[in-house]
Amino acid sequence: MTAPTNLESTTSGGVGDSPQRPDGTRKVKGEFAYSSDLWHDDMLWGATLRSPHPHAGITAIDIGEALATPGVHAVLTHDDVPGVRYYGLDHPDQPVLAIDRVRYQGEPVALVAAEHPEVARRAINKIGVHYQVLEPLTDPRRAAFDASAPRLHEHGNVVRHQPVRVGDVQKARAEADVVVQGEYQIGMQDQAFLGPESGLAVPAEDGGVDLYVATQWMHVDLRQIAPCLGLPEDKVRMTLSGVGGAFGAREDLSMQVHAAMLALHTGRPIKIVYNREESFYGHVHRHPAIMRYEHGATRDGKLVYAKAETILDGGAYTSSTANVVGNAASLGVGPYEVPNVEIDAYGVYTNNPPCGAMRGFGAVQACYAYESQMDKLAAALDMHPLDVRRVNAVSEGSKLATGQLVDTPAPLAEMLRRLKNIPLPDPTDNSDIRNLPGGVSNTTHGEGVRRGVGYGVGLKNICFSEGFDDYSTARVRLEVIGGEPAALVHTAAAEVGQGLVTLQAQIARTELGIERVTIAPADTQIGDAGSSSASRQSYMTGGAVKTACEAVRASLFGRAAARFGLPEEDLSLIGGKLISARAGVLVALADFLGDEVIEEVREYHHRPTTQVDPTTGQGDSHTQLALCVHRAVVDVDVELGLLKVVELSAVQDVGKILNRTSLEGQIHGGTAQGLGLAVMEEIQLSEGKLRNPSFTDYLIPTILDMPPMRLDILENADPHAPYGLRGAGEPSTLSSTPAIAAAIRDATGLSLPRVPVRPDDLTPTS
Amino acid sequence: MEFLRPATWREALEAQANHPGAVPIAGGTDVMVELNFGRNRPPALVDLTAVDELAEWSTVDGEIRIGATMSYTKIIAELAEELPGLAMAARTVGSPQIRNRGTAVGNLGAASPAGDSHPPLLATGATVEADSVRGSRDIRIEEFYLGVKRKALEPDELIRAIRVPAKRGPQQFSKIGTRNAMVIAVCSFGIALNTLDRTVGTGIGSAAPTPRHAGDAEEFLAGNLPWDDRDPVPDGVARRFGELVADAAVPIDDVRGPARYRTHALSVMARRTLGWAWEEYRCA
Ligand SMILES: Cc1cc2nc3c(=O)[nH]c(=O)nc-3n(C[C@H](O)[C@H](O)[C@H](O)COP(=O)(O)OP(=O)(O)OC[C@H]3O[C@@H](n4cnc5c(N)ncnc54)[C@H](O)[C@@H]3O)c2cc1C
Repeated sequence: MTAPTNLESTTSGGVGDSPQRPDGTRKVKGEFAYSSDLWHDDMLWGATLRSPHPHAGITAIDIGEALATPGVHAVLTHDDVPGVRYYGLDHPDQPVLAIDRVRYQGEPVALVAAEHPEVARRAINKIGVHYQVLEPLTDPRRAAFDASAPRLHEHGNVVRHQPVRVGDVQKARAEADVVVQGEYQIGMQDQAFLGPESGLAVPAEDGGVDLYVATQWMHVDLRQIAPCLGLPEDKVRMTLSGVGGAFGAREDLSMQVHAAMLALHTGRPIKIVYNREESFYGHVHRHPAIMRYEHGATRDGKLVYAKAETILDGGAYTSSTANVVGNAASLGVGPYEVPNVEIDAYGVYTNNPPCGAMRGFGAVQACYAYESQMDKLAAALDMHPLDVRRVNAVSEGSKLATGQLVDTPAPLAEMLRRLKNIPLPDPTDNSDIRNLPGGVSNTTHGEGVRRGVGYGVGLKNICFSEGFDDYSTARVRLEVIGGEPAALVHTAAAEVGQGLVTLQAQIARTELGIERVTIAPADTQIGDAGSSSASRQSYMTGGAVKTACEAVRASLFGRAAARFGLPEEDLSLIGGKLISARAGVLVALADFLGDEVIEEVREYHHRPTTQVDPTTGQGDSHTQLALCVHRAVVDVDVELGLLKVVELSAVQDVGKILNRTSLEGQIHGGTAQGLGLAVMEEIQLSEGKLRNPSFTDYLIPTILDMPPMRLDILENADPHAPYGLRGAGEPSTLSSTPAIAAAIRDATGLSLPRVPVRPDDLTPTS
Repeated sequence: MEFLRPATWREALEAQANHPGAVPIAGGTDVMVELNFGRNRPPALVDLTAVDELAEWSTVDGEIRIGATMSYTKIIAELAEELPGLAMAARTVGSPQIRNRGTAVGNLGAASPAGDSHPPLLATGATVEADSVRGSRDIRIEEFYLGVKRKALEPDELIRAIRVPAKRGPQQFSKIGTRNAMVIAVCSFGIALNTLDRTVGTGIGSAAPTPRHAGDAEEFLAGNLPWDDRDPVPDGVARRFGELVADAAVPIDDVRGPARYRTHALSVMARRTLGWAWEEYRCA
């Protein structure tokens, strides 16, 4: 036996590498099977009749004509729901099918199953629903404060009011040399994933149902679906199908119960696929917000107090509004030290479309407001926007507005310094009009173009907060296949495009020192993995896979120690070999394992958090915090109100880079989504009705809108997290929006309190 | 639904005549969207893409004749010299995929006020060749548009080609969209200077029920440009031209933008495109 030399690098594709995604090539070539591609030979097609009214009573539903249509196998209404007739992510208040009232335009009212999708679609139009149209409540401020507004739910129109109180704002006002105020608004953003809601429900012989769907969190689906079907959870088996993006929009149920109901009723497999327009009605959106902020500071820029009132429009049903309010409150002043704080965050019901989870989750809205305020403060004090942020920046040892101690690295001042050091882009090369506002639309050759620079800083909680027992489960199996040691990793975690499947394999490679790793399809035959949201899966499912691998390794080392008479602590697994620190290579893992199979299942829980006090908002509610800072450079055609984001730079602390390619993709993508919110993405509503439910008029950035980025990624480890990592999916979504808005303000001198900024906000006509 | 794929123009005309309600299809980038949304359920589709000659262009008596299935991509690649205004407009249409399939004739067939081909076709005084088994006729472009998505074609007529006078001076096209690519026009503007007979052509898109000329603006400008000494356009003339273009529009408020913004943007585009066109003339 020889002593080991340079064994660290013999397993490739492990943590820190950027191995190719297994789904990458297939997705680029259009060969990847999404949930909308599912097929069963004798399946029927389901379709959903939706309410055309944002608010109406239902007096009767006549299904006779629809049911008599040739090719139609079933027409179902709320009367046909086999079990509980309501579901909900946090609170079961959403009817599976409308009962006697509809509360938003697009609310599902009835279902049809037919031989052909076209027949199903036509049949839904033959269902006669008698509506008694009611006045919609669409003003969230009215919903929050006007007791005379129509009551949309028994318990009133406020989902949650969360105050945060620190110190004495009244007293602090007297100490402030400058005070800045503003009212800011955010329009309704859509997640705009490309793969519409879709799936297949297959009735099973045992009276249960097998569901193949694209979702973000199978177990929370299951906990809502089974009661509605009147089935025990073990009779509803879910398998994740190809997910075409999620961004929060798949956290609530869409077609799951509907397809299962039709399948159980007809005894046939049921496929449901929403089209693009239906998709806009079929999922929750980002909460629009109205935010009144006031900050006071001393002459040298130190904040003395902050006061905020935030109203988040939750739309017709609860969804995750309460938790979005929790974030908007606890993160309401951002990553700044503020000695006196008074925040009131409200989430309300209206007859607008339901709003729920979307990347950034309550923190996006708050960030836009507090960052706009920091710029106002800088202007009032004649300070550089970065300096006013630096003098108030949190660091390890600071306290958040909730009183929670920041007990891990939070080097904001250093991040701002690094951002400042990134060189500014060159002046625009006007010889290629694609570089100019308007691009090939040929609106300027340089006329009217002014450049602006802006900054944004965001603070995001990672993983679930406020006392939720957040965990994930992983099963890891090690065995010899074809003479080679191979691992199988099984979880219920949803790959939604973020690269989790790649990462799980990387972790298994690193922990087990082998190269062959297979990821089993995600399903509910294993324990809960939690949601692919809150930037939490690398942390939580990554943690679970790591823990399960460690258990497999421990079991292996136990056997090896006995066989070789060596202490367990001495052993390691590298390059498919069992190695002793003292004795070098002991044996090839494949030889040692032989026919044996080692399999372990583990749950991974993060540090517990607490709820916040309902009246003071105090509590250790977050388990991990992440920071990202952006600088935006924008060219604005001030005469036409068109613009070109020239460059976006970001500094983000991720604790540990697990996969640089995926990570950069997340930062680019989050930044692009923030850009969309800043300058174009909005679901426009009129009296509760959607005006632009299509990609013709709901615009998302193209490659000519999203500029190249310069990234500076820091790795200050969080000792509580696996590998020291910090969740990285969301933070860039927060800070890019205010940075871009600030750059536009810098170029135009306009105050621009609302995003998305539209051309007519920027031109002399408005 | 019947799917007909005639191999010759004659067969195409017969197919259209013999199948009342048949919908002709060129690139399909409008037709397929309509079908998908169930907005239209025609008894038959007449696919024109097997009639090879339609994908080409030719020169006839000083006019460029664009075949009914010639794609935007081909217009950009082959007609940028002869028809710069139309080529610029073509470059702003959709994405590369849409430009590979979509056609200027299909744009006319759809007759959307937002179609990008219309302003340059209006500015240059194009002619639409309408054919049927009954015979053929020429339709002047300004008489082609009847209303929102309505056009001067009989049910049995097909457009065989568009004829556009070859460039007789600088041309420009400009389009407002709320993102920098792949966007439907909020409003658009085309200008063509005819330096031979010293006239001006204009076309306004997406700011009235149909694409239209700005007649007063054309006349004003033709009479006030310093054609002989090629001086810069006086500020007052450019501004007045912009105002007259804006006056010719009757825009509405919709999801893409408010009417007042459209009016404002038209005046700016008119001024700027005039500036670029005139600069080209001065330097020529
Ligand atoms: C994603 C996307 C982006 C788009 N972006 C733009 C844009 O930026 N600007 C823009 O202007 N348009 C845009 N469009 C619309 C469309 O691409 C254009 O209108 C295009 O010019 C249509 O050409 P086509 O050949 O595809 O027409 P088709 O869809 O084949 O036909 C369009 C209409 O013309 C009729 N027609 C076709 N040929 C004839 C004929 N020979 N005689 C009589 N009638 C005929 C058809 O019956 C139909 O009514 C976009 C469409 C999509 C799907």
